[in-house]
Amino acid sequence: MSAKIGILAIQGDVAENLSSLVASIADLNETATVHVVKTPDEISEMDGLVIPGGESTTIGQLSLVNGSQKVIKQKVESGMPVLGICAGMVLLANNATDRVVGKMEQPLFDFLDIELERNSFGRQRESFEANISMNGIGISNYNGVFIRAPAITSASDGIEVLAKLDEKIVAIKKGNIIGTSFHPELTDDLAVHKYFVNLVKETKQ
Amino acid sequence: MLPLSGERKDAKGIICENNDVIRGSSTLKRGFAHMLKNGVVMDVTNVEQAQIAEEAGAVSVMVLDKLPSDVRKAGGVARTASIRIIEEIMDSVTIPVMAKCRIGHVNEALVLQETDVDMIDESEVLTPADELRHIWKWDMTTPVVNGARSLAEALRRIEEGAAMIRTKGEPGTGNVAEAITHIKKVNDELRTIKSMYDSGDNQDLVRMAREFKVSYDIVEQTAKLGRLPVVNFAAGGIATPADAAYLMSLGCDGIFVGSGIFAANDAAERARSIVLATTFWNEADKVKEAQKMIDERQSMLGLDVKTLELRMQDRGGSA
Repeated sequence: MSAKIGILAIQGDVAENLSSLVASIADLNETATVHVVKTPDEISEMDGLVIPGGESTTIGQLSLVNGSQKVIKQKVESGMPVLGICAGMVLLANNATDRVVGKMEQPLFDFLDIELERNSFGRQRESFEANISMNGIGISNYNGVFIRAPAITSASDGIEVLAKLDEKIVAIKKGNIIGTSFHPELTDDLAVHKYFVNLVKETKQ
Repeated sequence: MLPLSGERKDAKGIICENNDVIRGSSTLKRGFAHMLKNGVVMDVTNVEQAQIAEEAGAVSVMVLDKLPSDVRKAGGVARTASIRIIEEIMDSVTIPVMAKCRIGHVNEALVLQETDVDMIDESEVLTPADELRHIWKWDMTTPVVNGARSLAEALRRIEEGAAMIRTKGEPGTGNVAEAITHIKKVNDELRTIKSMYDSGDNQDLVRMAREFKVSYDIVEQTAKLGRLPVVNFAAGGIATPADAAYLMSLGCDGIFVGSGIFAANDAAERARSIVLATTFWNEADKVKEAQKMIDERQSMLGLDVKTLELRMQDRGGSA
């Protein structure tokens, strides 16, 4: 059976991750399939999950409503690879603070013990593209697209810091869990999605 | 991957710092709109409403001085909202905050950009400052959304630098009919140019470009994609969960709700129910549950579009 990679389709840029994953699989000459998933049943069939960019308050609340949050927690805790992008990375955390509003009481998946700051670089006008490297997973010279991006101000032991910018952590990995502040799905560079496809494949074997 | 059809890489809104940090690029402006997809943007006039919207799961709020239905009642000149109220709202919610400026009013847009709103709506709900010209949005670092009633209007706005499109509908009416007409027209025209592209009919594509009053390039690129090259939301007259679900089923990327929520008497429940129907639009049982959360006797009364003296949708439409 080829690996099944899901994209959580509660809210956010699902279609862009779909095209990046399909292109990555074709480039790698793999047989994995990509699925847009929303219900607990659909999610439970997956071997890997991308939580896309969007609004973390919206995705968090609605994933509670339809019971998908519970399935995601069970699957990720039992080893399913997950890639959280921007809002998706916020949801991986065990707590979140907004740069202006302060401590948030929003539903989170609670996978990583980190200090996470939402809208860490400012509002939309301050959104930016910058070159970053993630040497820990063999990706360098990568165009990071940061849109009202969150950042991690401190991470507990056992969490690998993949990339930093202005002393803020913008990409992390802990076993099967990867989070990025920036949006790989908004560029033509497939390196991050390809890395994730390989991770899903290796985990399934 | 993001379609960047029609982008101007030399735009003045793009700011480059030390050659390694870029702000205001098409990727960032259009990309922001992509993060709103499958979500609901709600019109609000104060902090309390903005917090209700955020708690209901809105992806963003749009700040106005008056709801569109009240703009109709009040008459006079409708302008951008008070900056102080916009700032208060930005300090109290974590979701993006948008605000409207008048069509063609470059300096109202610049004031909003300086205020640091996350997106500007160059909107027909306010009184147009220029009947002939829209803002040249490539000069803005902050993304701008425009209304459109047809593919021609949408592509004209994209060529001026709009980072996002929404249907115009007929604002402040609680009547979804015009929004449905506009998205159906855009979809129909997209199918037409796509079939021209698929059959290699460049003669007809250039004829369409002249009819639309846009460049051949944007028509060809859009025809190839088979959809608008920017995110396209529904707006204008949406008042119930079923309205939202229907527009999502027509291929809209998300929903703007103007007067529909805060002109109703059950705002918090209605806000939540419209979010649920937008997210789960293709699950009939969930839309029904959402519709059950609201009471039709609490809906805004609404207006028949045929009897309107002021058709906001016609504003800026010929430009």
